[in-house]
Amino acid sequence: MSTQHGAEGGLLQIRSLTVSYPHAGAQLDVVRDVDLDVGTGEIVGLVGESGCGKTQLLLALLGLNGARAQRRGSIHYRGRELLGADPASLRQVRGAEIGMVFQDPMTALNPYLTIGQQITEMRRVHRGDGARAAERHAITMLEAVHIADAARQLRRYPHELSGGMRQRAMIAMALSAEPRLLLADEPTTSLDVTVQAQILSLLRELRERTGIAMVLVTHDMGVIAEMADRVAVMYAGGIVEQAGCEQLFSQARHPYTEALHYCVPRLDEPPPPRLTTIGGAPPSPAARPAGCAFEPRCLYRSDICRRRSPALLETTPGHWKACHHDGPLGKLREAAA
Amino acid sequence: MARYLLRRLLGAIPTLLVIATIAFLLLHAAPGGPFDSEKRMLPEIQRAIEARYHLNEPLWRQYVRYLSDLAHGDLGPSFQYRGVSVNQIIAQGLPVDATVGLSALALALLAGGAIGVNAALHRGTRLDYVPMAAAVLGISLPVFVIAPLLILIFAVDLHWLPAGDWVAGSPRHLLLPAVALALPYTAYVARMMRASTLEVLHSPFMRTAHAKGLPPRLILWRHALRPTLTPLISFLGPAIVGLVTGSIVVETVFGLPGIGRYFVTAALNRDYTLVMGITVLYGMLIILFNLLADLCYAWVDPRVRLH
Repeated sequence: MSTQHGAEGGLLQIRSLTVSYPHAGAQLDVVRDVDLDVGTGEIVGLVGESGCGKTQLLLALLGLNGARAQRRGSIHYRGRELLGADPASLRQVRGAEIGMVFQDPMTALNPYLTIGQQITEMRRVHRGDGARAAERHAITMLEAVHIADAARQLRRYPHELSGGMRQRAMIAMALSAEPRLLLADEPTTSLDVTVQAQILSLLRELRERTGIAMVLVTHDMGVIAEMADRVAVMYAGGIVEQAGCEQLFSQARHPYTEALHYCVPRLDEPPPPRLTTIGGAPPSPAARPAGCAFEPRCLYRSDICRRRSPALLETTPGHWKACHHDGPLGKLREAAA
Repeated sequence: MARYLLRRLLGAIPTLLVIATIAFLLLHAAPGGPFDSEKRMLPEIQRAIEARYHLNEPLWRQYVRYLSDLAHGDLGPSFQYRGVSVNQIIAQGLPVDATVGLSALALALLAGGAIGVNAALHRGTRLDYVPMAAAVLGISLPVFVIAPLLILIFAVDLHWLPAGDWVAGSPRHLLLPAVALALPYTAYVARMMRASTLEVLHSPFMRTAHAKGLPPRLILWRHALRPTLTPLISFLGPAIVGLVTGSIVVETVFGLPGIGRYFVTAALNRDYTLVMGITVLYGMLIILFNLLADLCYAWVDPRVRLH
C-alpha cells in the first residue's frame, strides 16, 4: 500500500476499512475498503450524500458502530491499532485522544444532566481531576468556545440553551480532555445559517490555537470549501476521489465530484438557468452494481464501468480518484450553459 | 414550589366533592338499605333505627349532614358494625394494608428493576428470555392462584412461614402476603424497565457517553438510569394506591385485617358510611400519589417544570 498525502507526521492511518452489517442473511458493506490518512493538525473533509457511509466511517474509528457491525481492515492511531482493541484501551482513546462532536446537540447531550456535569466528567475520568479543578477547567473551556457567563451556564441543562450554545458546549466537552483529533459529524447541519458560520469559524480558530486535527463529515460542499485542507469524496461506502481542497474544487476528476459541485448555487458565477441534480439515487448496500457503484448515474460511463469496479489510484501527486474515465469532464458545464 | 403544592391541594377539594357526591347518590340509588332483612322488623324498631341514623330525613339533608361531617374529618358510624366508627375501622385496617403494600412495592421495584435492566443489558440472551417469560407468567397468573401456591409450598410443605394471620411488626407474617402481592407488580416493573432501558441505551446521548470514553458503570448509573425511570413514575402513582389500600384477595387468603375486605362486605350490606368512607379515602390517596408522581417527574427530569 503506497502512502498517501499526510502520512508523514501522520496521526491516523485507515487501511482497507470495511464496515458491514448482517441483513437478510448477507453481510451488507456500508463502508467499503476505505484508505484515509489524517496528519497532525490537518482538517480532512469527508463529503457525500446521506447514506454514503461517512458517519459509519467516523463511528468505526471509535468502535461505536454497535454490536451487530463487523469491521475489517486497520485503523492505526499513533502507533496503536484501534480496530479490535479491547474495551479498556479503546476507552482511553475515546474522548481523551479522539473527541467527537455529533450532528444534533439537542439529542446528543444528555437532557438529564447539566452542561457542567457533562463537561467536568471528561476531566475527572481522563485526567483524574478533582471536582473543583474539573469545574474550573470547564469554565475555561466554555470561555474558549465563546460562551458568555460560563460559570452560570454550567448549572444549566441542555434544553435551557439555544441550538448554537448547545453545539458550542458539545465542542467544549469534546475538547476538554485535550484530544489530538476531533471527529465532527455534520456539526452544523442542525443549526441555522448564521450560527453555522459561527461554529465553523470557532472550529477553525480552535485548530489555529491548539493544532488539533479534524475529520469533518458533511454533505455541504460550502462547508468543505471553507474548512478542509484535504477532501475525500465518498460514494456508496467507498472513497471515489481525494485531493487537496483547492485542487478538488478547481479540477475535480471524478464525475460524482463534478456533479456535487453543480448541485450547489454559486454567488461568484452567473446563475445557471436551473440547478442540476444528480439523476437517480445512490444504490442501496444490498443492490450495488457489480462494476463502478456510480455507473448507473454517470454521464461518462463506458462498457468497462459495468464490469469492473475502479481502484482508487493516484493520478497526480496528492490527487486520487477511482474512475475508469480518463478524459476531461465538463458535460455538466455545457449542460448548464 | 409552595404555591404549586397549595394550588394542587386546593384543587383536590372539588375533585373529592365530586367523588363524594357521585358515591353518595349511587349508593342511595341502589335498591335496598342497610337495615333491610328477610326477617320483618317491627315498624317501631325500624323507625327508631332510621331516626337514629337519620335515614328518615330527605336525601338532601342526609347529603348536607354527611358533607359537613366529612369536612370535620368524621366519616360517621358504621351501619353494620354497631358502636364502631368508620374512622376507627380505617385506622385499624389501613396500617396493615400499608405495611403489606409498601413492602410489596419495595420488593417489586428492587426485583423488577434489577430483572428488567439486566434483561435489557443482555438483550437476546438467556438472561433476557427466561426472566421475561417468567414476567409474562407473573402478569397472567392471578393472585388467587399465586397466594395459595405460596402457602402450599412455604407454609404447608416446608413449614417455614405461617400460612396466614397477622401479627403487627412480625416479618414472618408479612413475607408471604407481601410476596404474593408483589409478584404481578414485579413482572410489570420488569417489563417496563426493560423497554425503557432499551430505549435509553439506543438514544443518541448514550452514544455520546460512549464516545467520551466513560467507564460502563458511570454510563449506566449516571447517564442511563434516570431517564429509564420516567415511565415507571407514571405507573407508580396509581399502582401505589392499589397496593396500600389492600388487595381483597390477599387479605382473604392470608386472613389479614385490612380494609379491602370491609369495602366489599360494606357494599353488599349497604353500609353507606363505610363504603363512602373508603371511597373518599381511595380518592384522597389517588390525588395524593398522583401529586407525588408529578413531583417525582420534576425531580427526575429537569425538563419538567411545575407551575
